[in-house]
Amino acid sequence: MATTDTAHEAAKAGMPQLDFSTFPNQIFWLLVTLAVIFFVLRTVALPRIGGILATRKGQIASDLAAAEELKHKALEAEKAYNAALVSARAEAGKIVAAAKAEIQADLNAAIAKADAEIAAKTAESSSRIDEIRAAASEVVASVAKDTAAELVVALGGAADARAIEAAVTARLKG
Amino acid sequence: MAATEHSEGLTFHPLDQFQITRLFGEGPIHWYTPTNATLWMAIATVAIIVVFVLGSAKRSMIPGRMQSLGEMAYDFIYKMVEDVTGHDGVKYFPMIMTLFVFILFTNLLGLLPTSFTPTSHIAVTAILGFGVFLFVTLLGLAKHGLGFLGLFWMSDAPLILRPIIAVIEVISYFVRPVSHSIRLAGNIMAGHAVIKVFAAFAPLILISGIGVLVTPISILAIVAIYALEVLVAFIQAYVFTILTCVYLKDALHPGH
Repeated sequence: MATTDTAHEAAKAGMPQLDFSTFPNQIFWLLVTLAVIFFVLRTVALPRIGGILATRKGQIASDLAAAEELKHKALEAEKAYNAALVSARAEAGKIVAAAKAEIQADLNAAIAKADAEIAAKTAESSSRIDEIRAAASEVVASVAKDTAAELVVALGGAADARAIEAAVTARLKG
Repeated sequence: MAATEHSEGLTFHPLDQFQITRLFGEGPIHWYTPTNATLWMAIATVAIIVVFVLGSAKRSMIPGRMQSLGEMAYDFIYKMVEDVTGHDGVKYFPMIMTLFVFILFTNLLGLLPTSFTPTSHIAVTAILGFGVFLFVTLLGLAKHGLGFLGLFWMSDAPLILRPIIAVIEVISYFVRPVSHSIRLAGNIMAGHAVIKVFAAFAPLILISGIGVLVTPISILAIVAIYALEVLVAFIQAYVFTILTCVYLKDALHPGH
């Protein structure tokens, strides 16, 4: 630093802070400086920075609110999607059940029809069997009568047609 | 100052950096003379305008570096005022912000080599300290009248002790501006002087053999103390500001 003004310094000999002759100067310029800084801060800088901070705070708050709303919407959409999925499943189940029921009904009708046909055929067949059986038994009876009459004749008896018929009929029944 | 006479010896001028000198020409220093104090206060003012006015000129939603600095300082002091003094103290925020940025910027700019630090002068800090004291006292009296004197009357202390406590409180109240201003000037001055003392030891290597040992140590010490002084520059600005807030709180809410 300054080495030339040692004489000047030696005259004052001590802390420059205690050199009262410079006090008015420092105080004057300090007050000027403070006034300028205060004026600048108060009228320009602080309102502006405060405004920026407030705007940003508002922006962040509204962005957060918007994000919250979007999240809400997304949740709702998911819910709606799930509901649609459930109802679609239920619908599908219903359609499957209806189709099953229809098929079952068709099947039942077909089975019933087939059963009826089978029953009809069975009845027809059994009546035919009965007829055949009846015819067969008639033939058996007539054959038996004829045979009996022939036997009676062959044995030398008189073939009483009425008696033979009664006897044969009694035998056939037994 | 005998050492200054020898051209060979070490020169110790730790207090030279605090000299107030005329910026232009020779002659006495009048109250209006532009001096180095004027210059560095002006530089501080310009720096403050650059950071707080030009820095925020774009009003960016996403701040740049300058604007971030301004916003951080704003937020820091605003919260301090609000926390310490309450909501009714917020209207004094511009005043407190002025004190903070003035002290902070002059402290930090004063750390530049060959610069001058206005806050190392008791004349400056005394005006700041007594200015705060006067403002706060007059504000308290204006707001609460004689009720402001309740500040000194500890209503929750035993009755016998109250007068004694009141005397102590009154003394401590009037010591406030002294400690408030000397703390700042003392810290800044001491730090700068110590750096200067170590700096004076640094060239010893050119003069004597012992300098091989002394010079590196003193240079390391300068670095360490410089770092400390950067911290002190912040801390003293902070301490001055928060004490101002505390005094303001006492004026606004004198009850204990």
